Amino acid sequence: MKTETLKRKYEPLSLLFAAFGGVVLLFIIAPLISMFLNCSLLELAETAKDPEVRGSIWLTLLTSMAATTIFAIAAIPFSYLLARKQFPLKGLVSGIIDLPIVIPHSAAGIALLSVVSRGTFLGQAADKMGFSFVGSSVGIMLAMAFVSIPFLINSARDGFLSVPVRLEKAALSLGASPFRVFFTISVPLASRSIVSGLILMWARGMSEFGAVLIIAYHPMITPVLIYERFGAFGLKYARPVAVLFVSVCLVFFIILRLLVRGKDAAHR
Amino acid sequence: MLLTVRDISKAFSGFEIKNVSFDVQPGWYFVLLGASGVGKSLLLEIIAGLTRPDAGQIFLNGKDITSEKIQKRKIGLVFQHNTLFPHMTVYDNIAYPLRSGHTKSQISKRVAQLAENFGVTNLLNRKSQTLSGGESQRVSLARTVASEPDCLLLDEPICSLDATSRPQIRTLLRRINANGQTIIHVTHDYTEAVSLGTHIAVMERGIIAQTGKVEDIFQHPKSEFIARFIGIRNFFKGHLEQPYHQSGLKLFRTGSLDFSVLTDRLAGNGFVCIRSEDVTISNLDPMAKPTSARNNFEGTIVDIVRAGPGIEVIVDINTDKSKLINKANSTPLEVAALISNESVKTLNLHCGKKVILSFKASAVKYVEE
Repeated sequence: MKTETLKRKYEPLSLLFAAFGGVVLLFIIAPLISMFLNCSLLELAETAKDPEVRGSIWLTLLTSMAATTIFAIAAIPFSYLLARKQFPLKGLVSGIIDLPIVIPHSAAGIALLSVVSRGTFLGQAADKMGFSFVGSSVGIMLAMAFVSIPFLINSARDGFLSVPVRLEKAALSLGASPFRVFFTISVPLASRSIVSGLILMWARGMSEFGAVLIIAYHPMITPVLIYERFGAFGLKYARPVAVLFVSVCLVFFIILRLLVRGKDAAHR
Repeated sequence: MLLTVRDISKAFSGFEIKNVSFDVQPGWYFVLLGASGVGKSLLLEIIAGLTRPDAGQIFLNGKDITSEKIQKRKIGLVFQHNTLFPHMTVYDNIAYPLRSGHTKSQISKRVAQLAENFGVTNLLNRKSQTLSGGESQRVSLARTVASEPDCLLLDEPICSLDATSRPQIRTLLRRINANGQTIIHVTHDYTEAVSLGTHIAVMERGIIAQTGKVEDIFQHPKSEFIARFIGIRNFFKGHLEQPYHQSGLKLFRTGSLDFSVLTDRLAGNGFVCIRSEDVTISNLDPMAKPTSARNNFEGTIVDIVRAGPGIEVIVDINTDKSKLINKANSTPLEVAALISNESVKTLNLHCGKKVILSFKASAVKYVEE
């Protein structure tokens, strides 16, 4: 029995596929490792002290988190609707949600700009309230949300789809309002997918460059700062910023993943 | 009238229920009996509001609730499959319908009381996913009763349970009903109908074929389908006596007659069922040799009817003696025997003829009430 499983484990096809997998993994890891190795600790320490770098990292983290939180309020109920209800043109609506994934992000920035720039209705309305979308953190959030919201909606919708309808119906028949059923049954049971959607949206927003560049070059988020330092001073000056930013992102990402896993374990 | 169902129809592709009507009085234990796929569960879903009917009306306490929202109906539904909320403890599940309009201490008091009634006190802190089938069903029942429904609907609540939990849940259901809770119970198992129901509706291909009291349905099935479906033509209510020996052979008293029954059940009120295939008929013969059949009665043939491939001979075995003594006791006690056409000819059976009717004690199925 044991030898049989061993044999199956090492059959040629699996070995070939594992080799392919190794190439892909190397392709992802090698550039990152090379970047980290080429950056001295001294450079890194100096960069970490640079107020411009620190400011941009905080700005990036905060704007991406705020964009995710604010848009989640509308996106999560909408995902529930997509999972549960049939309505005319549902296929078209699903297609529209995926649009930001397929269009070039610089084009997305241009598109956004054409509804929020100073000359537009929204731009003028913002002007009257004393702020501007263009060149502000509000603009950054819009650009981040635009390109990252499909990840949250799709993940949350899949989560809601996996919640058995009969549990919701049982809750209704126990006298709970649809509102209460949504918050006490549907959302908790889909929470795993919703949280991983939130993490994806946040991570995707944080790494956005193209759309943000068009709407708000300043204040400078870290991806723009890396680009600027690369353009103005070259690789040597851009690299430590990149290493620092990637490290910060990784730390947050790992912490969140661990938190989600801990929550799941508690659920079980 | 507590619940009135009027001409409910609903069609799905290749499946429908047609003009279903019935009434349920307060306190009834109403069993909807039918084979799988006749639309019993669909009917429950319509009553509970999970599915909209194509036509017809439903009244609860005189109020039309046909298009009332699920959560406003005051109808509790226990589903066939487990619907306990997996992310909650047993306590939170039972407390779920109590959350609005009650204080925390009221809730914990009520949950404790329900938990005790349903025998789940020791499970309150468990996650609902860790429960066995029988435990889940108890908690589901407690949770639904907590919502204080006017009418409790049960969709096959027993059939998915293991053999040891079945009698426990049955006892529990009987107790809920005895507390005044009106219950509509859907099942395909006639023993459940017999042991629990006060009233039965038999469903056949999307329609209600017959409704009535348990005894009526089993003793006088309206159609051959019902007779065949319930499988039991001979059905008698009575009392199981203490055994006269240590053996499993017990005495079942119904009216003025006693049947010998082979059962390991304890004494008490109940029903006996005898399949008409298990009943034999012979001509009166003083020289007849004894057989292994413990139940032998003299009776008069009152009817001979065709039943599928055979002939059903109905014999009244209530003896002339008792008829003479007490007129009120003179209700006929009819037993049906399913025999072949050839036997009818050989024995020269005809209406009014006196015959001996026999069945074995082991052919009598006792179901406790």
